[in-house]
Amino acid sequence: MATTIIPFGPQHPVLPEPVHLDLVVEDEKVVEARPSIGFIHRGLERLAEKKEYQEFVYVAERICGICSFIHGQTYCQAIEEIMKIPVPPRAQYLRTIWGELSRLHSHLLWLGLMADGMGFESLFMHAWRIREKVLNIIEATTGGRVIFGSCKIGGVRRDIDPDTMKTLLAQIDDINKDMHEIVNVFLSDRSVKARLVGVGTLTKDEAYDLGCVGPMLRASGVSQDMRSLGYAAFNEIKVEPIVRTAGDSYARCEVRCGELFQSVNIIRQAAAKIPPGEIAVKVTGKPTGESITRTEQPRGEVVYYVKANGAMNLQRFRVRTPTFANLPALLKVLQGCDLADVPMLVLTIDPCISCTER
Amino acid sequence: MAIFAMERLALKWAFKKPVTSRYPFEPRVPLPHSRGKLEMPTPTCIHCKICEKKCPTDAITVDRAKKTWVIDRLRCISCGACVENCPKDSLTLSEMHNGPVVTRDREFAAAVVIADKPSPPKV
Repeated sequence: MATTIIPFGPQHPVLPEPVHLDLVVEDEKVVEARPSIGFIHRGLERLAEKKEYQEFVYVAERICGICSFIHGQTYCQAIEEIMKIPVPPRAQYLRTIWGELSRLHSHLLWLGLMADGMGFESLFMHAWRIREKVLNIIEATTGGRVIFGSCKIGGVRRDIDPDTMKTLLAQIDDINKDMHEIVNVFLSDRSVKARLVGVGTLTKDEAYDLGCVGPMLRASGVSQDMRSLGYAAFNEIKVEPIVRTAGDSYARCEVRCGELFQSVNIIRQAAAKIPPGEIAVKVTGKPTGESITRTEQPRGEVVYYVKANGAMNLQRFRVRTPTFANLPALLKVLQGCDLADVPMLVLTIDPCISCTER
Repeated sequence: MAIFAMERLALKWAFKKPVTSRYPFEPRVPLPHSRGKLEMPTPTCIHCKICEKKCPTDAITVDRAKKTWVIDRLRCISCGACVENCPKDSLTLSEMHNGPVVTRDREFAAAVVIADKPSPPKV
């Protein structure tokens, strides 16, 4: 049968950011997808060689707009590891709380985008209504809505006082109640299931071999979550990865829905256990050495490599972002799918292209 | 497993007020401690150039001889690094967001000359 090549992206209603796919189509079936990325490369890795290592936290946070806090946190952890800075426990707990808040808002964003992608506009509005409440908590505690700007090398820049913490927990309870309502819809509605169940199945072995990370990997049955490495306060708050075995789009949705409630649980535990004390230590000197740090972002594992040679600027800075690791799996699930399912499948990896291209 | 989950959700919200605020009839109230517009320095400024040095985007230019403090609004990212490091606490971030900067030719959006001594307060 004759094949046709259909360009998908870089501008498409389901894509908040530009990625281009050449879809080789036979009739209505996609036989191959060829990606091209690089539309929004900003050269941030090179910028690390020009900025002071302490100032670079601001740049690291801006690698991605949605998982911004965890990017900043991972960068700080990498530098703290090189310079052997003891971060105060209160700062570690605050980082955990903000990290989980950022996961909440990222997953709610994804749920909304997915509902929008399948044409379920009212569900999209409800998901983003709840996300707005999370953003308000973030703004009240850090000062920024998506760019938190609260992490620095040696600790955090802002504290959450007990009164604010009480309000935060009350708001989290409220959000939890709201989330139950929309998660019920996502997991039980007939039209949502019709679009997701059995679409884009990735087996456990395939997911592992293709190097998937995050919810994409856990939906295929591999129990891997970088939070179990015990960074920040995760050595005291234990996290059990949420795993599904079906490996289809519905399983990925289930994993993310499960992680919403897991994040709420972690925030409550962290708020209960948070010790009093300092929130930052003074950082002097210049880093020498290299380190690799891995943390769990909403989209999966992120790897930071930092090399410093005792100057104010870093010698080399490298980021492996989760979307980059999930792209081979995306190309795999696109093979043999219906053309109408392509937007949904692209969304299920939760693509964050500005991360990928840095 | 919930039955008619979306229908119940839709019905519940059909009788509620919209969650979005009725702008411009209800102006947005900024959240306390929100990082908004960087205000001009108060007369306690000693032109020490620390804010200029700490600014990650080089938005602030301070001239010690001319006693000027200039900010490029298009560069400022409201990170608060200058506010944290100001030895005289003369800088603050207001809770309101910065207004739109519409022309590039006024690149240095605001310049103030601060007198040696603080002027007496107006009655």
